[in-house]
Amino acid sequence: MKTLMFGWEFPPHITGGLGTASFGLTQGLFENDVDIIFVVPRAYGDEDQSAIKLVSASDIRLPFEDVRFQEMLEKIEYIEIGSNIIPYVNPELFVKEEKRTTTTYNESSNVFSEYYNFSGKYGINLLEEVSRYALIASILGKEKEFDLIHAHDWLCYPAGVAAKISSGKPLVVHMHATEFDRSGENINTDVFGIEKYGMENADMVITVSNLTRNIVIEKYGIDPKKVVTVHNAVDFPIQELESMPKKPFNEKLVTFLGRITFQKGPEYFVEVAKKLLEKDDNIRFVMAGSGDLMHKIIKYAASLHITDKFHFTGFLKGPEINRLFAMSDVFVMPSVSEPFGIVPLEAMQSSVPVVISKQSGVAEVLEHAVKVDFWDVDGMADAIYGLCHYDSLSKVFKAYGKEEVGNLKWKRAAKKVKKIYEQVIQ
Amino acid sequence: MRTICFYFQVHQPYRLRQYRFFDIGENHDYFDDHNNRFILRRIAEKSYIPMNKLLLELIEKYGSAFKVSFSITGTALEQLEEYAPEVLDGFKALAATGQVEFLAETYSHSLASIVKKSEFREQVEKHTNKIKELFDQTPTTFRNTELIYSDKIGALVADMGYKLMLAEGAKHVLGWRSPNFLYTNPINPKLKVLLKNFKLSDDIAFRFSQKTWKDWPLTVEKFVGWLTNIPEEEEVINLFMDYVTFGEYQIEETGIFEFFKELPDRIFSHTRFGFSLPRDLEKEMQPVSAVHVPYATSWADEERDLTAWLGNELQDEAFMKLYELRKKVKKCTDPDIQMDWLHLQSSDHFYYMCTKWFSDGEVHKYFNPYGSPYEAFINYMNVLSDFTIRLENYK
Repeated sequence: MKTLMFGWEFPPHITGGLGTASFGLTQGLFENDVDIIFVVPRAYGDEDQSAIKLVSASDIRLPFEDVRFQEMLEKIEYIEIGSNIIPYVNPELFVKEEKRTTTTYNESSNVFSEYYNFSGKYGINLLEEVSRYALIASILGKEKEFDLIHAHDWLCYPAGVAAKISSGKPLVVHMHATEFDRSGENINTDVFGIEKYGMENADMVITVSNLTRNIVIEKYGIDPKKVVTVHNAVDFPIQELESMPKKPFNEKLVTFLGRITFQKGPEYFVEVAKKLLEKDDNIRFVMAGSGDLMHKIIKYAASLHITDKFHFTGFLKGPEINRLFAMSDVFVMPSVSEPFGIVPLEAMQSSVPVVISKQSGVAEVLEHAVKVDFWDVDGMADAIYGLCHYDSLSKVFKAYGKEEVGNLKWKRAAKKVKKIYEQVIQ
Repeated sequence: MRTICFYFQVHQPYRLRQYRFFDIGENHDYFDDHNNRFILRRIAEKSYIPMNKLLLELIEKYGSAFKVSFSITGTALEQLEEYAPEVLDGFKALAATGQVEFLAETYSHSLASIVKKSEFREQVEKHTNKIKELFDQTPTTFRNTELIYSDKIGALVADMGYKLMLAEGAKHVLGWRSPNFLYTNPINPKLKVLLKNFKLSDDIAFRFSQKTWKDWPLTVEKFVGWLTNIPEEEEVINLFMDYVTFGEYQIEETGIFEFFKELPDRIFSHTRFGFSLPRDLEKEMQPVSAVHVPYATSWADEERDLTAWLGNELQDEAFMKLYELRKKVKKCTDPDIQMDWLHLQSSDHFYYMCTKWFSDGEVHKYFNPYGSPYEAFINYMNVLSDFTIRLENYK
C-alpha cells in the first residue's frame, strides 16, 4: 500500500506540533508496511528562517539523530515544492511577512522547474500560494503511482483534492487543528472555507481528538460517519535525565512551554502564578516560548509585581527544553483550545507531573494528569500546590505518567490510520 | 563680565551580558566585558582621546582664560582604568592644569536620588572619594544623573554640603524666564542652581550635523553671533552636554573638533564673554531669584522629565524589585555583592526598557544592547533573580 502524503514540514525544518505529528505518523505507517511519498512546500532562501523566527513555536523537539529516522529517510520518497507557504501563519500575517522579506528563489533546486517557471515574484497572497501548490499536486496525481492520498491540515487540502481529481484515488484529510482553534470565534472565512471544502471532498476525515471531531461535525457540518478520531502518539527517544544539571535554586519550578498565543491560555498561567505567589514564596514560574502575546504577557506579569519569581526564557531549542523539563516540578498547559497538545506528553516522559486544561485533546487519552478547565485558576492553583508540596502525590504522577506515555505509540495510532486507508481503498 | 560655562558628562555603564533563565542560580557573572570593552575603546579613540588632547591644547594656549568642567561617573572611571588608561591620564593632565573642575554625582549614575536618601548619600560619597583619589580635588558642585533635579533633591544635596547644583533649563520650569542667570533652591537658598541653556547646548550636541536643520552648517561665526545677540544683562550661558558629542554623536568628519578648537578664539576676539567653572560662578555671581521645580526634571528626551527611566510597567517593576533588596544588601559585606549592587543601579538599565520610542528612539538606541525594551526587562530581571538568590544564600 502506498500513500501520497501532503504535509507542511518535515524534519529537520520543523516549527510546530503538526510537523512532529505527521513525522511520527509517517514513522508509524512504515512500521505497518505502508509506503509513503511525502510532499512539502518549501521556500528556498533566507526568508524561511526569518519566518520561523517570527512565529517561533517552541514546543517541538525531534530526534533527528534517531537511527529509525535515518532509516526512514532512506526509504521515503521525499519531494519539496518551491513555495512560500509558511506554517502557523494566517493569510493576514502572511501578507505582512511577504512584505517584510525579499524572496530569493533557487530555481534549479525545484523539482518542478521543468514544468513551471517560478522565477520572479511570488503572489503576495497566501491563498494564491495554496492554489499554486494544488496545481502542482494535480500533476503529481497523474505522474506518481499510489493507492490513496493523505493531506495534513488546510494548507494541503486543495492539493489533496486536486490530486484526487487528477488521479481518481481516494482522499483522507487529517484535521490537526481547526480555524476555531487558531483564531477563536473571529475566524478567517477563507481558511474556514478551504477546510470545509477539503473535508467535504474527502472520503474520510481523521481528527486528532474527539474535541476536534465535535468541532468538525458541529461547526463544519461534516457527516459524522466519515469522521474518525485517531489520537496522536509520542515516540521520543529516552532522555537521560540523570546527566542533567540540578536545579540551581531551592524553589519548586512550575513550567509553561508553548507558543505565547491566545489559544495556549498564557494569561491564566500568569494569574495562577499570582495567586500562588501570594501564599507561597517557595515557587518559581517560568514561561518558555514566544509568540504574538509575549509582550502583553510580560507587561501583565510586571503589573502584578511577580517578575522576581516569574521568568521568561524566550524561544527554546531542543536541548534547552530537555534541561527545562529536568528542572521542572510541575508542567502546566492551560490551553483555551488545543486540538491535541503533545508537550504534556514530553513533560510526562521526563517525569514531570502535568496539569492540563480539559479543553485539550490530549486530556482524552491521559489518566495520570490533573485536568482542570482553562478558566479555573483556583483549581489549577490547588493542583499545582499539591504537586509541589505533597511528595507522595507527585511520585505517583511521575511514575504512572511516564508509563502511560510509554504506551502511546505511533505504531498503534498508525494501525488505526491504516484501517482507514483500507476502508477508503475498497 | 559675561561668561560661558562648559560642562561635560562622561558616563559608561556596565552593560549586562545576555543572561538567561538557565543562568539563574548558576552564574554570577552579569556583565558583558567584551562589549563594554569594545564600546569603551571605540569611544576612547573617537572621542575621549582626541577631545582631551584638544582641551589640553586650548588650556595651554589661553591659560587661565579657558576652563571646562566634567562629571565622570564611577563606572566610567573603573572602565577607563581597565580598558583605556590613557584616557584617564588625559583627565589627570587636565586636572593638573587647575583649569578643570570635577563635579560630584552618584557613583554608578543611578536614580537613587528619587528613592532613598541614605543610599544616595552613600553613592555620592563613594564617587567623591574616587574623584579625590584620582584627581586630587574635592568636589563642591553637584550634578545628578542626567541632570535630574527637583526642589527636594536640591535641598537634599544642600544638606550634604554642596553649594551649587546643575539642572536642565526646562521650558516648563522656566516659562518666560531665561536660563542665563544664577538661581537658588527655594527650600534651601544656600544652594545655587545653574540651568542648562538647552537651545545653544543642543545646537552643538544634537543639531550640529543635522542637514535638515535650517541653521546647518553651524559655523563658529554663526554660533558666536547668537551669543552676542543675547541680551546684555544675561550673564552666564551654560553649555552642558555629553562628552561623546565630540567625535561620536558628531563624528570627526562633521568638523566638530575644528569648531570647538576655533570657538574660544572667536569668543575672545568678538565678544565680552569669558569662560568660567561652576565653582567660580557660585562665588562670583549673585543669584537673581529662586527657581521652583516641584516635579523632577532631567535633560532626557523631549519631555525633560523622568519618563526615560521610569513610568512604564516594566521600568517600575524592575525599579521596585531592585530597591526592595536594599536592606538585605546593607547587611552583607561581600565586596562582589556590593559592587554588583552599584552596577545594577545604573540608570541605563532602565533607559533600555523605555517604550516611548517615537521622538527620541534614536537616542535610546545608542549603544543599547537590546532589540526591544522587553528583552532588556527579561534580561535585567533574570540577573536580579540571581542577585537575590546570592543575597539569600549569603551568611
